[in-house]
Amino acid sequence: MMGQMFGLGYNVILVATGAGLLGLAAGGIGAFLFLRKRSLVSDAISHATLPGVALAFLVMVALGGDGRNLIGLMGGAALSSLAGLVIVHWLDRRTRLGEDAAIGAVLSVFFGFGIVLLTVIQTIGAGRQAGLESFLLGSTAGMLRSDAIIIAVGGALALAACALLRRPMTLVSFDPEYAATQGMRPARIDMAMMALALAVTVVGLKVVGLILIVALLILSPVAARFWTERSEVVALLAGLIGGVSGAAGAVISSLAPDLPTGPIIVLVAAAIFAVSLVLAPQRGVLAGVIAQFQFRRRVHRRQGLLAVAQGQPIYEPYTQRLLRQEGLIRRDGVATSDGQAAAERAALDERRWHMLRGLPEAAPMAARYDGLTPIETVLTADQIADLDRRLTAEGAA
Amino acid sequence: MGEEFVALSLPPILIGCLAALACALPGNFLLLRRQALIGDAISHVVLPGIVLGFLVTGTSSTWPMMLGAAIAAVVAVVLIETVRRVGRIEPGAAMGVVFTTLFAAGVLLLEQSDTSSVHLDVEHALYGNLESLIWLDATGWSSLWDPVALAWLPPELTRMAVVLVIVALFIAVLWRPLAISTFDEGFARSLGLPVSALGLALVIVSAIAAVAAFDAVGSIIVIAMFICPPAAARMMTDRLAVQVGWSMLFAVISAVLGYVIAGYGPLWLGYADAVSAAGMIATISGLILGAAALWGPKRRGAQS
Repeated sequence: MMGQMFGLGYNVILVATGAGLLGLAAGGIGAFLFLRKRSLVSDAISHATLPGVALAFLVMVALGGDGRNLIGLMGGAALSSLAGLVIVHWLDRRTRLGEDAAIGAVLSVFFGFGIVLLTVIQTIGAGRQAGLESFLLGSTAGMLRSDAIIIAVGGALALAACALLRRPMTLVSFDPEYAATQGMRPARIDMAMMALALAVTVVGLKVVGLILIVALLILSPVAARFWTERSEVVALLAGLIGGVSGAAGAVISSLAPDLPTGPIIVLVAAAIFAVSLVLAPQRGVLAGVIAQFQFRRRVHRRQGLLAVAQGQPIYEPYTQRLLRQEGLIRRDGVATSDGQAAAERAALDERRWHMLRGLPEAAPMAARYDGLTPIETVLTADQIADLDRRLTAEGAA
Repeated sequence: MGEEFVALSLPPILIGCLAALACALPGNFLLLRRQALIGDAISHVVLPGIVLGFLVTGTSSTWPMMLGAAIAAVVAVVLIETVRRVGRIEPGAAMGVVFTTLFAAGVLLLEQSDTSSVHLDVEHALYGNLESLIWLDATGWSSLWDPVALAWLPPELTRMAVVLVIVALFIAVLWRPLAISTFDEGFARSLGLPVSALGLALVIVSAIAAVAAFDAVGSIIVIAMFICPPAAARMMTDRLAVQVGWSMLFAVISAVLGYVIAGYGPLWLGYADAVSAAGMIATISGLILGAAALWGPKRRGAQS
């Protein structure tokens, strides 16, 4: 059996699969929320599930049931978070409050009301509520197999819906006006996006818990954003990161008793985020530092060469070291023949740029002057030859 | 009735009011600056802070934990700013990244460390324990003039009062610069006001209020009081001073009504046990906000 292959129980495999699918869907949806700059709406959605969970429990008990039926609890959660979502939308549109205040108001009030209901449950049916608290921080310990299957199926469905809607969601999050001209209704797509976020939240309640489920919707896309500039790729990568975090987190947390599932999943995602923040090739911190050093190097090299060309001495130690290392100047500061040649080229480049910037018709190209870019990368050989003719003419005059 | 009320209900009500006021006051400015969710972020990161404070000092006394929480709040604000600038991430998402990560780390720390000897758990962090802040030495209203009994007031009451005074002083002294930099940052800069320093100071004062209130009443009240009373007050008026006044009134009403309904409501309905006061206070503040959003005279004014 595959379960035994890794020394993991069948239930752990099932939960990890569910958490992985959930993470995939959450990352994908989260990416679109992030691109629409509405990540924190999911925080309101998730906190707003609590009164629904508690009310669903109360209703199921009142009808003579067990009260812990996961589908019933998820249904309640979906309804109350939908109410929360509607209120956020209404406060944002119909009153002067901004979306951030609306989010904060809904999440604190719904959560507070949910806590009131939890204490009501404690009051009327002592003992039987055991387990509702696990919705706060999630728990997979002792999860029923049927619950694990529900979560896996729910995650898969959310993922499928996300895949189906990815084209319109990409368009709307990239350019809502353009999407409108393509016959889409951005408001509707936004609503669908929110509905999917809501679905992911509700499915994830049991595993990750309502306080931390937003992490999957936020951390994975933010991490993914570091690696690419294209929104469809962000969604794909975010899904992958979320999936890996979900599955790995569920497995890690099954290894020891006091490794709570939700926080572990979030911390795996946070680790991936931290790695992305530091190591991503374009937007990462390391890339930024390297680029800055390279820039500094180029500036110093160029200025040094221009000084050589004008026969001025170089005093600045970093520039001296740089030119010496490249064999452009000798230890005593006198330029080598290579150095002389490079200095000539730099000076010529500078003269050509100067000429170009004096020509009104060349303004768009001249705007790319930064004192570093070789003019060959901006102009064609013909254009440079033309510049050189002007330079000669100017020199003659 | 009087005796029981003074001993069991008066201290929690007073502490609730003080906590609500300390959060609502800076909340007015955070709301207008569109930083309403800072309170939310701070109250999440307080958890790892108190756990670390406990682990480092090994005691469950209040000061190390509050210090840990305050440090965590400042670290979180710095981290949010760093992620936002370095990663060029929009502020909401940067906030989400930081507070979820720190909260998850806090829960993990809590589970990993042996904190069973002290009363420290996630639920306590979330909804505090307002009902337990009782004044056993009170024998009736006359105890309010009895120095011996007064010495045994819950320490949270004094602490919250001190913090409220600090918050109120900060806002009173810096009223004009705060107001100007909130409404027109460019103009404030042209006047030579230290706009970024003011913003940071406001966040730090909010963090102090949040940490103190959190210790007394849990994080739900903190988040709700940072946002709901100022938001409701915003629907009542266009003038800042009037708005702050309304927000203080709403905060006090929420705290008093919430506590009374939570404590006595179930009894009136024939049940034996009270429900969560913290949750009920948040609920009442939400109802007030709802009423203001439906009928407040300035509910459709310019966006803030």
